[in-house]
Parts: sequence; structure tokens; C-alpha cells
Amino acid sequence: MEILLALMTGVLYAAGIYMILRRSLVKLILGLILLGNGVNLLIFLLGGITKGKPPVIPDGPAVLGEVFAAPLPQALILTAIVISFGLQSFAIVLIKRAYKVVKTDDLDEMNTTDENA
Amino acid sequence: MLLAVLSGFIFALFLVPFGKVLKGKWSILLSVLPLALFIFFLQKIPQVIDRAILERNQWVPQLGINLDFNLDGLSLIFALMITGVGTMVFVYTSYYLKGHVYLDRFFGFLCLFMGAMLGLVLSENLITLFLFWELTSISSFFLIGFNNEDPASRKSALIALSVTGLGGLCLLAAGLVIHGITDSFSIVDMLQSSTLIQDHSFFMAVVFLIFGAAFTKSAQFPFHFWLPGAMKAPTPVSTYLHSATMVKAGIYLLFRLSPAFSGSEFWHYSLWCVGGATMVYAAFQTLFRDDLKSILAYSTVSALGILVFLIGLGTEEAMLAGLVFLLVHALYKATLFLMTGIIDHAAHTRNVSELSGLRKVMLPVAVAGFLAALSNAGIPPSFGFIGKDLIYEASMHTGIFPLISTVALVSTNVMLLFAGFLAGLRPFIGPLPTKYKDLQAGSPRLWVPTLILATLCLVIGLAPGLISNSLIAPALVALGIQDYALELKLWHGFNTVLALSATTIGLGLGLFFLLKPSLNREELMLKWEKYSPLAFFEGLGSLTFRFSSLWTGLVQNGYLRNYILVILLFLMALIGYGMWGNFHPNIDFSQLLELTLYETGIMAIMLSAIVFTVFTGSRLTAVAAMGVVGYSLCLLFVFYSAPDLAMTQFAIDTLTVILFVLVLYRLPKYLPFSDSRVRVRDGIVALGFGGMITLLALGVLSNPVVSEVSEYYSANAYKLAKGKNVVNVILVDFRGMDTLVEITVLVIAALGVFGLMKLRLKSRERIR
Repeated sequence: MEILLALMTGVLYAAGIYMILRRSLVKLILGLILLGNGVNLLIFLLGGITKGKPPVIPDGPAVLGEVFAAPLPQALILTAIVISFGLQSFAIVLIKRAYKVVKTDDLDEMNTTDENA
Repeated sequence: MLLAVLSGFIFALFLVPFGKVLKGKWSILLSVLPLALFIFFLQKIPQVIDRAILERNQWVPQLGINLDFNLDGLSLIFALMITGVGTMVFVYTSYYLKGHVYLDRFFGFLCLFMGAMLGLVLSENLITLFLFWELTSISSFFLIGFNNEDPASRKSALIALSVTGLGGLCLLAAGLVIHGITDSFSIVDMLQSSTLIQDHSFFMAVVFLIFGAAFTKSAQFPFHFWLPGAMKAPTPVSTYLHSATMVKAGIYLLFRLSPAFSGSEFWHYSLWCVGGATMVYAAFQTLFRDDLKSILAYSTVSALGILVFLIGLGTEEAMLAGLVFLLVHALYKATLFLMTGIIDHAAHTRNVSELSGLRKVMLPVAVAGFLAALSNAGIPPSFGFIGKDLIYEASMHTGIFPLISTVALVSTNVMLLFAGFLAGLRPFIGPLPTKYKDLQAGSPRLWVPTLILATLCLVIGLAPGLISNSLIAPALVALGIQDYALELKLWHGFNTVLALSATTIGLGLGLFFLLKPSLNREELMLKWEKYSPLAFFEGLGSLTFRFSSLWTGLVQNGYLRNYILVILLFLMALIGYGMWGNFHPNIDFSQLLELTLYETGIMAIMLSAIVFTVFTGSRLTAVAAMGVVGYSLCLLFVFYSAPDLAMTQFAIDTLTVILFVLVLYRLPKYLPFSDSRVRVRDGIVALGFGGMITLLALGVLSNPVVSEVSEYYSANAYKLAKGKNVVNVILVDFRGMDTLVEITVLVIAALGVFGLMKLRLKSRERIR
């Protein structure tokens, strides 16, 4: 399964970068989200994947059993998901705002600080 | 001695707060500094005759960089020239620039320069030598560009700085290479390991770099062009920096290092060629000038050429001639410059074809000019006569083409004599035009220093014993010439040298009376300007500008995606280079057989959702497909034991999609902004990068996972934090502070979103 996940990470990266290289602002944000998903998946994959053994201590013993999924990458990814949501929501509202002002979502037309551009 | 060197810097610093007070009529008081230093070095003479004074001050001993100073005969001559001419220039300036707004600044730069120059000639360490060397270039930059409202002035300053600064870097490189050979930055050590250096394979490189430094600083062909340009500076600067002291720094360097290099044919022949070419070329140029300062600038270049030429000859006689001529030139050239300044100050022109008869209104200046011209021409009994005698003697007894050397020197001297007479005599003879009737020589502060220097030209000529044992002999010792039977005198009897001198004087006077200054000749010269090294240098400069603007346009073009593209390509090249040959992933393909249906199914859904997101033409479809990607990821988290991640991802993904739809439903349709070529290019880059990430991930996966931290958290989650969900315990307990900050970030983002939503458009924006 690792091979497939590695491939999927690559695909997410490729799709994210391709979208970031587009001129449309909306596509840029979509690209960022895809890239963020790719990064999360990469961290998850590299932390070692385990099927069906969540890092939750069952009732009774004080420690986890022998085989369990690594909790640290999960904690990191959880933080990353939440932070990227903050970024995305702000960016989405910003696009809306920029569109209201300059009437375009073409990055090239926002390429100047000149008022009349 | 450290204090003597640093006093210039201290004085310059002192002028920053107190300069305002001193720039009025008290500015002459500043001449006390060079005068005191002059006396300080004067009273060192008896000691130096005995042996050189070495003073060591530690600075960066770990690197072998120390403020070591060595006062020997050679340094002493230069130090006396710097402080002596300095005193005259300081007095002169106090009147010449009287009432100038930035007089304090000017004096500050002069002090700075004097300190740097003293440091340069006294340094016993190659690195500090380099530092002082660059400091003289920098102070010279400010002094040339002193009239900074004049664009020509600024341009000249910049050219001078770039040429001499470039040479300075050569000096640094030379110092480092020498350190590599001798393992020391000390000049004394270097001179003692002469054979070691000459036998080393880098010897040529060292000599080349030293030449680079000396030729740029001392304005040798083809780097001479900055010096005539530097004449844009106020006259005291031209006198001090560009004739008497700074341009001699290159000569000093060649003198100083000559014991280490002498004997090498490359050294002698190169100096002979460059010095010879410079002296003849620059002397020839003087024939075509009619601006006084321009004439003097070219004749200075020519004199510097003679000095380099003499060091190239390298015999004991040539070294002696070089040392004497150094003094001769400093005295008469400083006089002529100061005199030019006085004329310029009074008549507001420096054109020799307009000036005449000024002796009637400024007699002391005329006398000074006449004495300087005599010394320049080498007419007995002036000091210049002794110098010229020694030069001819050296050239006739040399091993390097004695006939050609002598002929070149005679013709140079003939033209220099013409230049000297043109500058020192022409403005004073003939009838006085009516418009100059009311001119005056000005304050004694102007003409007294001029006259003192001029008188010295005569006095030393009459009594050469004044300097022969006190200055010249110790300097010869410093150059490694011991026990030389030194005898300076005016009259050597009738011999070939005398005949040569007479020929020079005769031809020069003939030239002076035949060739009248005129505008046509200067114009003739201008036609050749575009083939000059200056034009080449300027072309190089503008080429650099064009290249850099082209490069900036290419790399810094203001398009975000181009920056990203460049970064990605660079990253790919870097990581690809690192992976090349070191990449041996250990992939177990048998695991593909264990795939379950739901795993493959979710992968297929995710892949098609990604494809949809990228290629769909509708924004709503794209957003929905992106949501599907997020949900698939969520399911993957479920499969692989990460329930917390799955819940978070699910909530966040839902929120994002909703936000997208709510906010963006009114945006226009996607437009096909880019053409297919760009899309293919971006696709290739993106796929390449994605592929590289896959390979990297596979490479990492073939190594065992290190999970010490995870194990620590798992083992202690219940014991220490009394929590059973380890991921949650990490977030809210072990790393509780991090989570607090994360929440803060989220709150700030929320505030931003709220602010943007509620912000009322200003009227300016509403019009659109």
C-alpha cells in the first residue's frame, strides 16, 4: 500500500503545483489546498502506516500494546490541517474582496500597484 | 607610531561634531595636525639612519593580521612627503575654500586620507596595507566628487573609485597568495623569502596581482584614464592626492616589494614595458592640452611612468634615480598645481591660451611657477637637474636595451619640459590683457605654501647634502642596497649625461617656442577618444548595466508563477543532483498483492477527483472535486488508524467547501488564460516535481522509521497526563503551549476574515 500512497502523494504535489502556476487566483487557492493535502499525506506516510491500530490506550492497561500507529505524525498533521484552514479561509475572503475592487481574478492584471491599472 | 597613523582618523571623527566651529576663520588651525606629524617624522630621521623602527600592535593575532608599523628609509620619505605637502595643502585650503558650506567635511576627508596614506606607507602587514590602500581610494572618491552637484564630478569620482578599488582587490588577492606561500602576512618575512616566492608555481600570479594593484593606483597605461578625470576635484585635492601622494602609492608598493621580485625577468621587463609606454604616451598627450590641470595631470601620469620604468630597470643606479625623482616630482608638481589653483581662483579660467602676463599682478606666484618649471625642466641649479642626471645615468648603464631606454627617456623629458613651461611659465609672460588688470595673488595663505615648495626645488638642488645621507641613503638600505657610494651633486663634469641633459633642454625649449596652444589640437585629440581605454571602460560599464537589467527582467519579473517556476526547477536540480547515484530504494512490490478492494477503490476515486479539480472548466465542479479529494484523504486516515485526523479533516473540508461556494458563487467563469504551450510546460514541471517527491518518499520508506519520540509519548500519555487518546494528549498537554499559539493564529485569521467581510468600500473603490 505504501507504493500507492507514495504515488498518490506525487500526484497531489503535481496537481497542486500545476494549479499554483495558473493565472487565475481561484485556481491558485485550489492548488494550495491540494498541495497542503499532499504534504499531510507525505508526513503521514513517512511516519509509518499501520492498519486498524489507533494510538488510543484501551481500558485497563496503562500503556499501548506492542503494535500501534505512531501518534506524533498525527499530532503534527492535525495542527497543519487546522492552520491551513485558517490560511484558506482568509485567502478565499481576500479573493472575494480583490475581485470586488479590481473586477478580475487574473493575477497578471493585479500585477501593478498603479491605481488605474 | 600607532597614534600618528590614527590621529588622522581621530581628527576626522572630531570634525563631525565640532567641524561647524572650525570651518570659519579658524580653519587654518587644522594645519597643526600635518605639521605636528611632519615634525614627528622629522625627528625620527637620526634613529632611522641607524636602523628601521619596527612597532608591533596586535589586532587579530589569530589570523596574523596586526597593526605592525615599520618606519624605514622608504617609509620615511613617503611619510615626510605626505605630512609636508599635507601641511602646505591644509594651509592653502583654509583660504582656497574659505566660506564653503562643507569646508569641515572637506577637511574631514583630507584628514581621513592623510591617516590612511600614512598607514599605507608604514604598514608592515599585507592585510592592513590593503585596508589602508582601500581607505585612500574611498577618501579619494569623496574628494573627487566633492562638488557633488556636478554630474561630471560624480562620474569621475565613480570611475576613479572603480578602477583603484578593483586594483585594491588585486592587492588583497596577492596578499592571500603570498600568505599561502610564506605562511605570513608580514612584509619583512616576505622580502626575506624572496627565493621561495620566485620558485613557487604561483609566482607569476603574485606578480600579476601586484601589477594590477600598482598600475591602477599609479595610473599606468591602460588604466591611466581615471587620473585626468580626477582633476574635477578642487585643486588642493589634485595637488595632494593626484600628484604628490596617493598616486605614488603604487610606486611605493613596487619599491617596497622590489627586493622580493628583483632578478625575475618577468618583473623587470613588464615594468619596463608598461612604464615606458605610459611615460611616452602621457607626455605626448600633454602636447594637445590647453587646460592647465589637464596638462599637469598627463605630465603626472608620465612622471609616474618614468618611476615605474626606473623600478623596471632595477639597477642600484635606477633605484637611486627613482627615489630622487620621486622627491623632485612631488615638489615641483605640487607647486605647479597650487599655482594653477591660485590662477583659477583669481582669473576663473585655466586655459593657457587665454592667460598671459600675470607676472605683473601676482609676482610671488610667477616666481614659484618659474622655479617649479626650472626644476621640472631639469635646468641647473635646480633639484630637477640632479634627478634628470641620475635618470640618464641609470638608463645608459642598464642591461635592458640601454639605447631604446635612453631615447625614450629623452623624448619623454623633452615633452615634459614643454608641459612644465606651458604650465609654469606661459601664464606669466607676454602682455597683460586688460581684463586681468585688477587680479591679485590673494592671501599669503595661498602663495606662501606655493613659494615654500618652489624654493625647496631650488634649495635642495644647491645643497643636495640635505637629503642624501638623511633620506636617500636609508631608503636605499630599505630597498636592500647596502653600502652604496652615494654622492648627490650638481656638477659631474663634461660627459655624455650632461650632453643628454643639454639636448633635452634645447629640444624642449625649441618645442615650447614653436608650438603654441590652440583649440584645433585638442579637437584632433578628441577624435581618437572613442578608441581610448576610457571609452572601453565606459562601454564595459554600460554593458554590465544592460546585462544586469536583462537578468533582473528575467528573474525578477514580478510574476509570482515565474518565481515559483524558478524555485521549483532549482530545487529539482539540487535534489536530483543529490539523489543521482545515491538512490537505491528497496521497494517490495509483493505488498501490492495484499491490496483490498476498498483501498484500491478509494485511490481510484481520489485520482479521478484530482483530475477533475485540475481540468474542469467550471469553478463549482472544481471546488466540489476538491472536496472529494479531502473526503478521500479522510477515509485514508480512517483506514490507517488515525481517527482524530479523519474527524478534523472531515470538519475542515466541509467548512472550506461551504466557504468557497458561499463566497465565490458570483465570480465569473474560468477563462482560458494561458495557451497550450505554457500549460504543457507547467504540466511537465509539475509532473517532474511530483515524480521526484514520490521517489523521495519511496527512498525514505526503505529506511527504518525512527519512533523514539512517539514511543515516549505513548508510554507516558496515561502515566503523566492521565489521557488515553495519545494524539489528543500530545496536543493539549505535552505540547499545550504550541496549541495555544495555534489557536491564537486561528483567531487572528478569523478576525481578518470578519474584517474583510465587514469592511465598507471607500468611495474611490465603489466607482469602479
